Amino acid sequence: MGYNKAKQFSVLLLTAVILAGCSEQRSSFLDPAGPIAAAQRAHLIEVVGWTMIAVVPVFILVPVMLWRYRYRNTKARYTPDWGYSGWLELVMWGVPFMIVAVLSTKLWFSTKALDPYKPIASDAAPLNVQVVGLDWKWLFIYPDLGIATVNQLAFPAGAPVSLNLTSDTVMQSFMVDALAGQVYAMPGMRTKLHLLADAAGVFKGENVQFSGVGFTEQKFDAVAMTPEAFSEWVARVKSDGVPLDAQTYELLGASSTGAQVYEAIGTNGMPAGVIYFNQVAPDLFKKVIGRYHGGEPVLPANQPGAAGYVWQPLFNGSSK
Amino acid sequence: MTSDHTTTWLFGRLDLSSLPIWQAIQSPAISELIAGAAAMIVIAGAIAVIAFITWLRAWRSLWTDWLTSTDHKRIGIMYCVLALVMMTRGVIEAVLMRAQQADGLSGGFLTPEHFAELFSTHGTIMIFFVAMPLVAGVINYIMPLQIGARDMSFPVMNQISLGLTATGAVLVMSSLVFGKFSTGSWAAYPPYTGLAFNPGPGPDYWIWSVAIAGIGTTLSGINFAVTIYKERAPGMTLFRMPLFCWTVLCTSIIMIFAMPPLTVATLMLAADRYLDFHFFTNDLGGNMMNYVNLFWLFGHPEVYLLVLPAYGIISEVVATFSGKRLYGYTSLVYATMAIAVLSFCVWLHHFFTMGQSANVNIAFGIASMCIAVPTGVKVYDWMATMYRGRIRMTVPMIYVTGFFILFVIGGLTGVILANPTITYQVHNTLFLVAHFHNVIIPGVVFGLLAGIHYWFPKAFGFRLHEGWGRVSALLWIFGFSFAFLPLYVVGLMGMPRRSANFNDPAFEPLMLAALFGAALVLSALAALVIQIWVSVRDRDKLAAPLGDPWNGRTLEWATPSPPPHYNFAVLPQVKDRDDFAAAKANGRAFADTANYGDITMPKNTALGMIICAAATLLGMALVWYIWWLAMLSVLTIVVAFVARTFMLDTTYTIPADEISREHRAWLARVRAASPITRDRETDDVNQGLAVLELPETLKASR
Repeated sequence: MGYNKAKQFSVLLLTAVILAGCSEQRSSFLDPAGPIAAAQRAHLIEVVGWTMIAVVPVFILVPVMLWRYRYRNTKARYTPDWGYSGWLELVMWGVPFMIVAVLSTKLWFSTKALDPYKPIASDAAPLNVQVVGLDWKWLFIYPDLGIATVNQLAFPAGAPVSLNLTSDTVMQSFMVDALAGQVYAMPGMRTKLHLLADAAGVFKGENVQFSGVGFTEQKFDAVAMTPEAFSEWVARVKSDGVPLDAQTYELLGASSTGAQVYEAIGTNGMPAGVIYFNQVAPDLFKKVIGRYHGGEPVLPANQPGAAGYVWQPLFNGSSK
Repeated sequence: MTSDHTTTWLFGRLDLSSLPIWQAIQSPAISELIAGAAAMIVIAGAIAVIAFITWLRAWRSLWTDWLTSTDHKRIGIMYCVLALVMMTRGVIEAVLMRAQQADGLSGGFLTPEHFAELFSTHGTIMIFFVAMPLVAGVINYIMPLQIGARDMSFPVMNQISLGLTATGAVLVMSSLVFGKFSTGSWAAYPPYTGLAFNPGPGPDYWIWSVAIAGIGTTLSGINFAVTIYKERAPGMTLFRMPLFCWTVLCTSIIMIFAMPPLTVATLMLAADRYLDFHFFTNDLGGNMMNYVNLFWLFGHPEVYLLVLPAYGIISEVVATFSGKRLYGYTSLVYATMAIAVLSFCVWLHHFFTMGQSANVNIAFGIASMCIAVPTGVKVYDWMATMYRGRIRMTVPMIYVTGFFILFVIGGLTGVILANPTITYQVHNTLFLVAHFHNVIIPGVVFGLLAGIHYWFPKAFGFRLHEGWGRVSALLWIFGFSFAFLPLYVVGLMGMPRRSANFNDPAFEPLMLAALFGAALVLSALAALVIQIWVSVRDRDKLAAPLGDPWNGRTLEWATPSPPPHYNFAVLPQVKDRDDFAAAKANGRAFADTANYGDITMPKNTALGMIICAAATLLGMALVWYIWWLAMLSVLTIVVAFVARTFMLDTTYTIPADEISREHRAWLARVRAASPITRDRETDDVNQGLAVLELPETLKASR
């Protein structure tokens, strides 16, 4: 009972501290918007709570010792040759050991349960999205819908989203704090992340692995929508989008921010800094990964994000 | 050959446009001006130092007494001086970065590239050229004295280690004047630092400064370990060694095993960049994950390499200033060993988010958490050492108190970060930055500063000024708290590290608090400099030449301050743990003997300095592709080593007469002096001789 109250209180306190001054875009797992982030926060609070058993005595005893056994206090006992106590040893090794044993068990179960590769159990069908990290923008491909976006990840609330990630430049780290945390995106490799939003909302997404001068601009909105709104959004992308052909992909590959790309090819139908694509080559994601496994050198001139990159077709586009 | 070819042949890639000063003249924006000013400061600093030494007419003394010395004590002091110079640059960079981020909502005043250079040099400098030399310096000075040795096992190699460390530092400093340092952070992850993405000289500066200094550190590790195994005084069994020596033993084992992965990783990265290899490139089978593993296979043990000696210092300081035997000596030894072993089993926790299976993360997460057990035991042992002691709050104890309170917070956040579940959220955020600064500043830096204040009178014969020391210590403690505790909160709010700017107004007030903290840390450093200045000025008043200003417990205090270069007139016969405390208690301290013998010591040699100069030129030549210079430097190094092997007359003998005369003169001064009680140890009367204060005598006097 007392534990629960303390727990509730600490949650409230933490959330209050974090939320002071936040905008409507939710951007921290301490204000979770989905089951994964909520479980991560709960785990954090538990770990802090258990560790306090070992930490609080230090905060209390250090000042007490310093005061009680100060040089001028001639009343305190002085035992200069005392240097061992079996019972004390048992407590000193035993208590941290027990705490770590408890925490290790919790670590084991929570790491299993919250493995980012593990699909989230749900009645709703998962939405597949392929994520390509570029300098300094994110490309989201919806392979089942035949659409793609730059810097906007929209999905229906209440349904799991299954992300496959790679990078077509240096290593990056894809993060949506309020929903699931982060996983690296690396060239020539595929990583996975699953997330789910409880309700409609806008969440901050970003790259958190330094990747060059435009790094801080590599942010996007993750937008959870009602299923109806999502269908409307898909329709809008299809109607207002431009095709993601070879030339456009080359443009995306150059070192530039989403805003700069928007200036180049954005239209009025797209939100500021966001690009909609209504046609995508079916195996673009595979090709992005595969370009590094061809047994041929990828010269800097053909390497997105590299110094001296000149646009080169990665694939034969549909609209020539 | 055309003149273009000649220039390229002579200067490689180096030309006018690679000079920041030139760029500042060409396009005077704020970032360029700061870079240009930094280059000017380096040049002006070098000129000022040269002028000052000339004015002192100290060139000969600098060369014969210091640069060519093989004395472990002189080498130790030179390491510390190098570290403090580099720390000044590191702290100034930190303040610049805090200022940039405090202004980050409106974009800041530095270009993102300049900011990236700052965090890369700051990290590289603080780890490799501040923390490591400071640790190596204190170990060099103290460890041989504590085990009753006359010098290191390999005095010349010791000098070479210092030379190679200095080479790395000089290369980093050169990057301010010639070209630019890397923007790829202190960890230099490829492919970002690969040739395709960063063809400039920056990553090469990082590679060669770290690779060359790393070889020096490996050699140091071998030297420390062999010295402890082979050079202990008669009777100094391993379990009679002061705890500091145990931590040094563990640290040197870590140095021997953890530095090679770093050297290998940097050389593989160099092979990618120079020779078209594909270890870590995107294409042709390269894989950056291998680099990340190699780097942290070094990087995590590195943290314990730094902090273990700090634990050792804290053990010595707490025991001495509590007037008490160290509690739980055996526990502390086993805890130290446990940490050293575990430090090699946890490297993967630096990249839980790389996509490996949950099972792998669980194994490394639990291993990481296990380190909390021996670390916790240590903190409790130190508290039990204070229990029923008589504690004097001198400057080292203030640092140690700051350590207790703040380091425990770092431990707490360490346990948090050991959980992959939470790391998925806070990795790469300022939470992580706050955590590692929380263990490195209150842990390593406070420990080393405590050690420097504690052992300074041993090294120089006078104490450091107490008042300025307190000011500096408190500024460090509060400066750290303001600078880094807010970063935990910003990190939980999701602010990525290495951000030159941000757009969430909620970060702003916390960033301002952090800037205030950084300003306090800068003041702490200034107070430290003033303290050293005042202490040198008042050195006659602060003098404690008799050697034992703190009522010390271990062998180093049984020598005059500063100790003669042969350390001990007669090698001590160790009969006890805390041998000097025991000797004082039963009256065998300061005893004269009839058995003075001749002492053979290593001669000075210029080898270390030659290697240092040649390695520096080699580094510059490699960075700038000046191949003739690179070959010439390698040749110089080889010739220097070969020439050294032909020198057979490398030692000299000090006759027994001279030793007995010096030693008896000191003993006579000790007998003539009046010992003081501990309440007067920070007064001018403290000549370095202590009154025995035992419970029985205290009761009798009451």
